[in-house]
Amino acid sequence: MFQNVGEMVILFWSTLLALPATWRQRQKVSDQFFEIGNASLLMVCILSFFIGGVIALQTGPLLVERGLGSYVGGVVGFSICKELAPVMMSILIAGRIGSAMAAEIGSMRVYQEIDALRTMNISPIHYLVLPRLVAIALALPLLVTFAILVGWLGGALVCVANDHIAISFAAFFSALRDTVNVQDVANGVFKSFAFALIIATVSCHQGLITRGGPRGIGRSVTKAVVNSIVLIVFSDYLLTRILLK
Amino acid sequence: MTSTPSHPGGVSVRVRGLRKAFAGQEVLAGLDFDVQPGEIFVIMGPSGSGKTVLLKHLIGLEEPDAGEILIAGKPVRSPEVMSQYRMAMVFQSGALLNSLTVGENVGLYLAEHRLKSPEEIARIVTEKLEVVGLKGTEERMPSDLSGGMKKRVAIARALVIEPQLILYDEPTSELDPLSSVVIAEEIVNLKQRIQVTSLVVSHDRDLAFGVADRIAVINKGRILTIGTPDEVRRNPDPLVEQFLHASFKRL
Ligand SMILES: Nc1ncnc2c1ncn2[C@@H]1O[C@H](COP(=O)(O)OP(=O)(O)OP(=O)(O)O)[C@@H](O)[C@H]1O
Ligand SMILES: [Mg+2]
Repeated sequence: MFQNVGEMVILFWSTLLALPATWRQRQKVSDQFFEIGNASLLMVCILSFFIGGVIALQTGPLLVERGLGSYVGGVVGFSICKELAPVMMSILIAGRIGSAMAAEIGSMRVYQEIDALRTMNISPIHYLVLPRLVAIALALPLLVTFAILVGWLGGALVCVANDHIAISFAAFFSALRDTVNVQDVANGVFKSFAFALIIATVSCHQGLITRGGPRGIGRSVTKAVVNSIVLIVFSDYLLTRILLK
Repeated sequence: MTSTPSHPGGVSVRVRGLRKAFAGQEVLAGLDFDVQPGEIFVIMGPSGSGKTVLLKHLIGLEEPDAGEILIAGKPVRSPEVMSQYRMAMVFQSGALLNSLTVGENVGLYLAEHRLKSPEEIARIVTEKLEVVGLKGTEERMPSDLSGGMKKRVAIARALVIEPQLILYDEPTSELDPLSSVVIAEEIVNLKQRIQVTSLVVSHDRDLAFGVADRIAVINKGRILTIGTPDEVRRNPDPLVEQFLHASFKRL
């Protein structure tokens, strides 16, 4: 699977070099941006709400039993903002948006639309990759910020409602505020920015190297999603290690 | 941008020793020919003889294994050629962008390279669509069009570029005889209007002999003959004869 890493690095680099052309492509960036938002906002809400809830449910009774009830807010808040929201939302977006990118560009490749662009002297990087990369790099951190807040809310509600935990809303958030600082949130959001670049690069690259008709498009989509997820989890470890200090 | 040509009129094309194999299978087996500026050069040959592959080389979409292609004396896709000349290709399948409307497809080149204002682009698009007989289809999506209509939109998209070299891959293959005549006329018109060099790949003998200044017949990646329509018609090579005179007998 990693034989293409070199090509992906080159694609990413060429897209970075194309960044000054972003303003000219602003219409496509905003189209992509709103498409990403429309396609995933509701999913992000539901998913992060329940992730927050389940973490509270798992850790809450355990801590309360041992007299550590005042740590529940911290544990839930911390794990959501630094790990769960960035990673889970990025995986969701890889499945939801990365697949669409690979399918769209892949079918353009197969049906010679990209050849047609090249004969018109229109760079597929400027026209296709750049707007997608910029849009997802803006959208995913926003979605993750949103997911962190909703996840906290889910955790808090479970703590209030569950008899084995029974921590008040105020107590949950005051514990959360004691443990989690702004830098922790920024940390998680920054990671999601890096994951966005991974999703866009991997998916656009898979799209661009698609060959062999409709089955080829199917293969590209699968590979785009699987490779994105593997790279997200892998780089999550590296980034965490680096950001830990 | 890269796309304002400083040279009006057609360019010459020179092909020398062009070879290409896919997975060990030789598709172009050493082609040599010259096309003069402003000429209409028709390439005929049986299905699978490498005509589409040849056109893709001429516009720089494929890299040759050996040989060279010179546009106005300079290598194709060299920076000089890219900055001085416009080229266009009408793909066999049309290759319209499915996510754009017909109008956006036709105006794409002008819009992306910011060559004209949106109003002017709209006017040019309307005009070119009228030329190919598709007036009023600007807002339709390519997926709603028939094969022949897509082909005509693709031709309109190439006309908009006002190129110095235009490559047509089977421009009339999906068209009824009447539309074919219109397209043939437009190929000749375009040459007269902007002295464009035209390469036309076609099986359509009426089109070939109707518009060609010269015709090349290729088979299995080799040139069987090149000449004016009369010369080709009189060529005694049995393969050429067969290809030109094959017709249905009542079965
Ligand atoms: N990208 C490719 N990879 C592998 N083989 C290819 C590729 N493109 C073309 N070929 C092969 O090259 C040969 C010539 O193909 P080409 O499309 O040029 O034929 P053609 O003369 O245009 O035929 P037609 O008149 O049917 O369009 C075919 O055998 C085809 O299978
Ligand atoms: Mg062909």
